[in-house]
Amino acid sequence: MSSDITATDSHHAHDEHHEHGPPAGLTRWIFTTNHKDIGTLYLLFALLMLLVGGALAMGIRLELFEPGLQFVNPDFFNQLTTMHALIMVFGAIMPAFVGFANWQVPLMVGAPDMALPRMNNWSFWILPFAFTLLGSTFFMEGGAPAAGWTMYPPLVLQGAGNVPFMIFAVHMLGMSSIMGAINIIVTIVNMRAPGMTLLKMPLFVWTWFITAFLLVAAMPVFAGAVTMLLTDRFFDTSFFNAAGGGDPVLYQHVFWFFGHPEVYIMILPAFGIVSEIIPTFSRKPLFGYESMVYASASIAFLSFIVWAHHMFTVGMPLAAELFFMYSTMLIAVPTGVKVFNWVSTMWRGSMSFETPMLFALAFVVLFTIGGFSGLMLAITPADFQYHDTYFVVAHFHYVLVTGALFAIFGGVYFWLPKWTGHMYNESLGKWHFWLSTISVNVLFFPQHFLGLAGMPRRIPDYAVQFADWNMVSSLGGFVFGLSQLLLVYVIWQTIRGGEQASDEVWEGAHGLEWTLSSPPPYHTFVEAPEVR
Amino acid sequence: MLSKISRGAAAGFATLCTALASGAAMAAWDLNLPVGVTPISRDVYDLHMLILWICVVIGVVVFGAMFISIVLHRKAAGHKAAHFHHSTFAEILWTVVPFIILVACAIPATNTLIAMEDTSEADLTIKVTGYQWLWKYEYIEDGVSFYSSLAPSSRNAIYGDPWAVENYLLEVDKPLVLPVGKKVRFLLTADDVIHAWWVPALGMKKDAIPGFVNEIWAVIEEPGTYRGQCAELCGKDHGFMPIVVEATSEDKYKQWVAATKADKKTQLAATTPVSQ
Repeated sequence: MSSDITATDSHHAHDEHHEHGPPAGLTRWIFTTNHKDIGTLYLLFALLMLLVGGALAMGIRLELFEPGLQFVNPDFFNQLTTMHALIMVFGAIMPAFVGFANWQVPLMVGAPDMALPRMNNWSFWILPFAFTLLGSTFFMEGGAPAAGWTMYPPLVLQGAGNVPFMIFAVHMLGMSSIMGAINIIVTIVNMRAPGMTLLKMPLFVWTWFITAFLLVAAMPVFAGAVTMLLTDRFFDTSFFNAAGGGDPVLYQHVFWFFGHPEVYIMILPAFGIVSEIIPTFSRKPLFGYESMVYASASIAFLSFIVWAHHMFTVGMPLAAELFFMYSTMLIAVPTGVKVFNWVSTMWRGSMSFETPMLFALAFVVLFTIGGFSGLMLAITPADFQYHDTYFVVAHFHYVLVTGALFAIFGGVYFWLPKWTGHMYNESLGKWHFWLSTISVNVLFFPQHFLGLAGMPRRIPDYAVQFADWNMVSSLGGFVFGLSQLLLVYVIWQTIRGGEQASDEVWEGAHGLEWTLSSPPPYHTFVEAPEVR
Repeated sequence: MLSKISRGAAAGFATLCTALASGAAMAAWDLNLPVGVTPISRDVYDLHMLILWICVVIGVVVFGAMFISIVLHRKAAGHKAAHFHHSTFAEILWTVVPFIILVACAIPATNTLIAMEDTSEADLTIKVTGYQWLWKYEYIEDGVSFYSSLAPSSRNAIYGDPWAVENYLLEVDKPLVLPVGKKVRFLLTADDVIHAWWVPALGMKKDAIPGFVNEIWAVIEEPGTYRGQCAELCGKDHGFMPIVVEATSEDKYKQWVAATKADKKTQLAATTPVSQ
């Protein structure tokens, strides 16, 4: 950010007049329309889903620990992979980012709350019902969905009673996301404090602004795709059934037209968080603020014209393969700009390495490694070898775990003192960082080797030449999974008490949220701050 | 030239790593894409190494700059922050240079892709049909057809001792026999759900989709046995429908065709509906 921001009137003065705290008890959380409460609900829900999805992943790694089948049968293994992905994507990563948006967007643009508070309540409270619907399939005859989170027909239509439950859960998640996105767009467009012009907004706000448009554009496409699955399954339509004149590949085109923007929905807010953390701990303004905004917008645009790179092997015309190869390679340019800008922000700064910064630095390195394997996957002839192998699994876990999730971890440590008013335990935070960072690489880096050596993804058992790296990967997975209990403990400890955090919290902090007390009062910016 | 150097360097790195690992399971610590046995698979390998090394070089530069910053420009070392936040020159530079690098990668990738998609003038056509969970092979010109599924030796070891079986999960009851040095065209389709036919050594993978026919081709240059697996999730036994290709000389291939045709049982099996 290139401007200096000051809250002209002190919050301490007017808060006393307007202070009405939250009601006590459970009703506070059920009926709340307060952006801070809803942000907290989103973040805690995401943490719960992270633990559930993580437990499923550890089940997967347990079965893959050695060749042969020891713990689960192949069908249940497929249920584990499918539900792990659905829960992590829609239950952990996306709600966590919406939680950040709820807490931070009003504080960062100087708004008293989100623009549509009742809708905000609704968009959160849909989630627990959606995941109850989805999770209940585990207890049904025939079990949970087992065709992969991508739900490709015809396989997904072989599912038993779980199909409508999965589809309606997706519809509800879509509604929740769209409402959340509309709320964010309206808040950013209408409720910025005087003087907060678009190009003065913090980068986190910008990346969420762009993400919200991706959500509004992409989620209805997904809803359409799964609705066609529903009618194919129960009402004898043939959208995706070749025998009835349909086309199974059509589903994949529609799905990935949603699916690729979805990838950026899960990474753009991460870019925003990292772009807040790195300047703070480098004690230096973000390098190339405007080019960061334009790069985010370019990535968002490109995300709508690269979808078929997820399905190079379906047999497309040469011209289509070339188009999607070129457009995909092009994404490397704005993404590279972002990485170069982060490194330039650090360059000749005055860096310190508290836990949020450690996660941000790990993000830059490990997300870039995920970007590199993404570039390799963009090369269509080589993709024919990588496609549907563990190389792809390694790739998207580098961008989603060490990318999105690490940015979430960094953001939690960064803003937790502001939210709770307490400093977290720095040495436990560092333990969490080092345990996570080492184990996550032991977990996912060998999966590159497995994929290149020819191990397909989504298999419960494998040939013995894949045994060694699988065992290494599983050991890393167990350590990574258990390390997250440390995060739960740190968060619990920080909410309960701890050293009082100052208003500014971090020495190099810039932005409106740091002008407020820690924790901020229940209602903030009731009178708009003035931004110069 | 670049590809030769890179191949050597990669082999050296792999050797070093395997040498460090214990001797018992040497091959199991593989790190890199193996070079296949078709011209296309070698092109693919070269592309893979080209882009891998480009990524390594960019990584060294970017992470190196970051590392220098972390070491030198730290508060604990008393470094005072500069206040620059913009450089038009740098930003144009790091937009244009990556673009040029990408164009340099796109040219060989385009050439290889065009070659891969050219299935014309094949000497031999094999129709491959995916079923839950086995493959059917039909030799269009030679009139042979049969099903190929996981070998009983592997199937019996799933809940037993996988280490006791040779080629665990990569052995079939009847392999696909092909002549070397001939352009073989594969027509891929499926009967129930989507499968994907993939033998890594042939350098090509494509989906087998019910109601549609996909094409790939291969010229196998060395006789040998090449193993692969279904590569698209197709239900509970997705991990248990391997592919085995046996490449032999043309003479031996012709003998095999004659012997197979003579074998009545094989022909019967080909016309009996699947019951699995």
